[in-house]
Amino acid sequence: MMSEPAIEVRDLRKSYGELEAVRGIDFSVQRGEIYGMLGPNGAGKTSTVEILEGYRQRSSGTVSVLGHDPQTRPLALRQRVGIVLQSSGIYSQVRVREVVTHFAGFYPHPRDVDEVVELVGLTDKRDERARRLSGGQRRRLDLALALIGDPELIFLDEPTTGFDPAARRTAWQTIRSLKDLGKTVLLTTHYLDEAQELADRVAIVKGGQILAEGSPAQLGVGGGSRYRVAYVRDGEPVIHQTDDPTSLLHELTAAALARGEQLEGLSVTRPSLEEVYLELTADG
Amino acid sequence: MADSLALLWRQYRFERHLFWRNPSAAFFNFLLPLIFLALFGAIVSGKRHELDVIVPGIAGMSVMATTFTALAYNLTFLREQGVLKRMRGTPLPSGIYLGGLALNAVTNAAIQIAIVVLAGRIFFGLGWPPDGLELVVFVALGVLCFATLGVALSHAIPNFESAPAVVNAVFVPVILISGVFFDVKHVPSFLRDIAQALPLDHLITGLSGGLVAHHGGLSSHLTGLWVLAIWTVVGASVAVRGFSWEAHRG
Repeated sequence: MMSEPAIEVRDLRKSYGELEAVRGIDFSVQRGEIYGMLGPNGAGKTSTVEILEGYRQRSSGTVSVLGHDPQTRPLALRQRVGIVLQSSGIYSQVRVREVVTHFAGFYPHPRDVDEVVELVGLTDKRDERARRLSGGQRRRLDLALALIGDPELIFLDEPTTGFDPAARRTAWQTIRSLKDLGKTVLLTTHYLDEAQELADRVAIVKGGQILAEGSPAQLGVGGGSRYRVAYVRDGEPVIHQTDDPTSLLHELTAAALARGEQLEGLSVTRPSLEEVYLELTADG
Repeated sequence: MADSLALLWRQYRFERHLFWRNPSAAFFNFLLPLIFLALFGAIVSGKRHELDVIVPGIAGMSVMATTFTALAYNLTFLREQGVLKRMRGTPLPSGIYLGGLALNAVTNAAIQIAIVVLAGRIFFGLGWPPDGLELVVFVALGVLCFATLGVALSHAIPNFESAPAVVNAVFVPVILISGVFFDVKHVPSFLRDIAQALPLDHLITGLSGGLVAHHGGLSSHLTGLWVLAIWTVVGASVAVRGFSWEAHRG
């Protein structure tokens, strides 16, 4: 039997007064999947996720999270979901291990505290007070608090914003390890590489709508974008777009050889998710 | 029910634990009424009548500071920091979380009243409270009243930076006109009328009966009990209706 999706969203709409932040979104997230919502700030990602988390009431549409309607905030749902908000505070005087232990008491079947502290890489800091943690460490504590209840589904709203590159790599490892544990993850991000690295499927969101959806590879190659051939001539970059890079390269190299020149800095790039994203989310 | 009580107890213990973790908070909570008592005790240099005014006055101020002021500050801070929102996303029932915060404030109020009573006895030779029942009833009602009003006021505070200004704009005038530091007989009548409509003056009168002078028991303070009860209902309804788990952006 096919298990039902972890998240099912149909024609979701959310208005704040005049402003329509979410304008008819449909998607579903399968169990065990990392689903990424990628879009610029103000695209409606956080509104969508906060409806799924039970923080906001939707204006219309249907939503099912682990078989529940999150709007009614059922206890049975809150026990099975872990939430990392875009920003949320913690008591500044509390120690890492202490607060994770306290949160463990909210859940029927929590994970082992030290194991979770280790998983997020805070073992060295387990007796540190929250206010003495760096921004990145505090974000890892957020993750620990979201994971301590051993949730089936984890919401990560821009989990690595403000991280340095090394810290992001580490965070990505941790998020991938969630997938290995069979968890479902809904991730929002405005970093393309993050979506590309982590997500099984990506929805590109803008203006409260999903503009494209698919695996990062599908979105990149099949998304209508073309190969890009670039080189430098007379100190100026030259860029060609083509569907047929083989013939174009043949022409370019033949011409260059005929002139007795090099094609400096020659590169052929496959259209990346980035290009599709920028194309889709460009203004105008 | 038993589960809820166990959760509430656990949450309360956590709040107490964190309260003591911050020594400056503990200092302001427990040393401030002592400093006031010492200062005013010195100013009136042991005149019995003046002490009878000041001791209940400072007890009333303590109730207001530990509940009204502390909850308005704390909730604004927790809301702005996103702690409330985080707690809202856990399975901990909201009522239990807020109950833990409230019980924490109530505990501080009880400790401060105990400090005032003990200090009055040790330093100024006041007796034990003559009317324990009246003291307990007024402390309990005062705590309830000012706790709900503190939560209600937190809705009107736009951000944590403005919290001290907003809270003090209410706290200081109310303290001054309600006779914390002097006998209200000397206050102009229009200010007396305002103070009479507010809860602190009645709380102090009730505490006075409980702490220093046996007037005529609870039955002699029916008006005061009513005023406190009405403010409690007003405070509770605003506190519940306006409650927001997250800061409004912008």
